[in-house]
Amino acid sequence: MRIIVCIKQVPDTAEVRINPETGTLIREGVPSIINPLDMHAIEAGLQIKEKIGGKVTVISMGPPQAESALREAVAMGADEAVLITDKTFAGSDTWATSYALSMAIKKIGADIIICGKQAIDGDTAQVGPETAEFLNIPHISYVRKIENIEKDLIKVQRLMDEGYDIVESSLPVLITVIKELNEPRLPSLKGKMAAKKAVIQKWSAQDIGVSENDAGIKGSPTQVKNVFTPQARNDRKILEGTPEQQVDALIMELRGLKCL
Amino acid sequence: MSVKVNIQKCNSCEECIKSCPFDAIEMKEGKAFINEYCQLCMTCINVCPEGAIYEETEGTQTNEQRPLDYKGVWVFAEHREGKVAHVAYELLGIGRTLADDLNVELCAVLLGASENEAQELIKWGAEKVYHAKDNIFNTFNDEPYSKILTRLIAKNKPEIILCGATPLGRSFIPRVAARLRTGLTADCTSLKIDKETRNLLQIRPAFGGNIMATIVCPNKRPQMATVRPRVMKPGVYNPDRKGEIIDVPSDNLSSRTKVIETVKEGTGCFVNLQEAEIIVSGGRGLGDAKGFKLIQELAEVLGGAVGSSRAAVDAGWIPYRHQVGQTGKTVCPKIYIACGISGAVQHLVGMQSSDIIIAINKNPDAPIFNVATYGIVGDLYEIIPLLIKKIKENKGM
Ligand SMILES: Cc1cc2nc3c(=O)[nH]c(=O)nc-3n(C[C@H](O)[C@H](O)[C@H](O)COP(=O)(O)OP(=O)(O)OC[C@H]3O[C@@H](n4cnc5c(N)ncnc54)[C@H](O)[C@@H]3O)c2cc1C
Ligand SMILES: Nc1ncnc2c1ncn2[C@@H]1O[C@H](COP(=O)(O)O)[C@@H](O)[C@H]1O
Repeated sequence: MRIIVCIKQVPDTAEVRINPETGTLIREGVPSIINPLDMHAIEAGLQIKEKIGGKVTVISMGPPQAESALREAVAMGADEAVLITDKTFAGSDTWATSYALSMAIKKIGADIIICGKQAIDGDTAQVGPETAEFLNIPHISYVRKIENIEKDLIKVQRLMDEGYDIVESSLPVLITVIKELNEPRLPSLKGKMAAKKAVIQKWSAQDIGVSENDAGIKGSPTQVKNVFTPQARNDRKILEGTPEQQVDALIMELRGLKCL
Repeated sequence: MSVKVNIQKCNSCEECIKSCPFDAIEMKEGKAFINEYCQLCMTCINVCPEGAIYEETEGTQTNEQRPLDYKGVWVFAEHREGKVAHVAYELLGIGRTLADDLNVELCAVLLGASENEAQELIKWGAEKVYHAKDNIFNTFNDEPYSKILTRLIAKNKPEIILCGATPLGRSFIPRVAARLRTGLTADCTSLKIDKETRNLLQIRPAFGGNIMATIVCPNKRPQMATVRPRVMKPGVYNPDRKGEIIDVPSDNLSSRTKVIETVKEGTGCFVNLQEAEIIVSGGRGLGDAKGFKLIQELAEVLGGAVGSSRAAVDAGWIPYRHQVGQTGKTVCPKIYIACGISGAVQHLVGMQSSDIIIAINKNPDAPIFNVATYGIVGDLYEIIPLLIKKIKENKGM
């Protein structure tokens, strides 16, 4: 089975702080991590390989620094890693990112492609489904359990609003995964050694056949017009007194707001 | 468009470097230099004390012209087992405002469900409903949904498409945007029209809710956005409103995915967190799984749903579908009651846009109090039973 896992390197948003004076992000010292849900995607790829055999290729599109994320995936057990990196990709939105990923995936060849449900920086959850559309293959989102996978058939549980669906698909297929699916493994010693030695292939736009008009800012239909900090709320109230008094005060407030 | 540095003005203070979320600024020969990783977020422009960083719009603009023959605002009306979901009425509410600002018509698209539901959409404000009745739409598969919507858009050319940022909407609509080669903005919390350009200003949280971004799609049509449930006001219901229902043929649709079974997973109470008006959430502070009985009781008297922090899910006290936060659901109810939840950023990003936040926590320094509208410092096992009692009294229960 040819398994491709798409991973993204993201700033750890838990560490992102706002400068209260300028109202802007303080990026200093914020570590880069593999998007947390992509860790589950890697784990899913490794488990499929362990079960039915095959090869796991991790790919990422991003700046040269993203190489470290790919090495981490190799340390976990991925067989091969490709970094799609090129100046012309800068400023790519989900359309341009998905297009580039799909072109790289075509070049490698895949039976199953695994993405995280969403990335914590952009939070769009769009790259998986868009990539599937460019590849003209089916996709299944929010996979929380893989019930069965064979040469040309997969059966999974897809989390929905009020329960889950059991969904079957032919292969090749793209799935996006949620945290519930598995527990990502830690790198083994052997894996860490392999990661040190691994050659991370680097592909440019030309290598995957993406023209300038379809890449980066030029190829992106959306643009960020501006960013601003959300308005601080100034309606905060810590209630006081005995528990009984606090609860009474709360009930009064809620009645005043017509919430009760 | 690009961001440039006026090196005459740059005094090498490096403030911009610290502010850049993308590591896109470096020092070169003692001056700030914007490298190729710039995402045009403009943060540095606001930070620079010397005003040395500026936006350059000339020259790099794509010469592509925005298509002018796209007209009208469309909303995608999703349904659950044949009943239109509330988010569709909310889309008709915001859709009306946008359509009026643009002076165009407001239409809805309904896949599956009955004619009666199509009529409901009209009463909620749609002038036309494109209705495809085929049975293939009764269960949700991404391919037929995206194919038919792509077809309808290509044929009728609306300038704006809105869809709920629900599991269903966020799964299939990206395929439509990809196929139409247009932009799609995820999970918007505010939408406006820039009257001058007729562009849709799409406002959404990014970086875990730490910043808000305005996204535009200036040169492509349609402009597509998913909209967070419960943020927009629903349209005005008028039982006498008349509109047109257009039957949409659904031939040549197929799906390579197949839903074999749909399993409902209730824990006895309402679990669709994204549509709940009131959510009562429990965290590690509950101490054990039994604590959720109390949470559920409070949710029941309020007519709300039960949420949780990740710590409670990881402890196995409640299923994952109840988890609110970065790796769980993003919710925006009228009232969010956090019980025994410390308020880690990953939790906050999933609930901080709620209208009213009530925090019950015994530690007065818990960060949850920073976002709480009302904070109660105390033991939840003492507070919640009292609260239940008083609410019951108030409601005459
Ligand atoms: C990649 C990543 C993703 C994550 N995603 C999420 C996510 O989606 N959602 C999420 O919630 N978390 C998420 N987390 C975890 C998050 O960082 C916190 O660990 C988690 O939210 C803590 O849950 P908690 O507040 O219930 O527990 P704690 O932090 O342990 O807080 C328990 C609170 O209960 C209070 N308390 C204890 N006993 C009582 C009592 N009797 N009465 C009143 N108060 C009491 C304590 O004072 C304390 O403040 C994520 C973490 C990571 C690294
Ligand atoms: N630049 C990228 N390189 C590789 N994979 C990506 C990239 N961006 C997004 N993905 C994948 O798409 C998923 C969803 O990302 P997003 O649509 O940005 O929320 C992620 O979890 C990754 O699996």
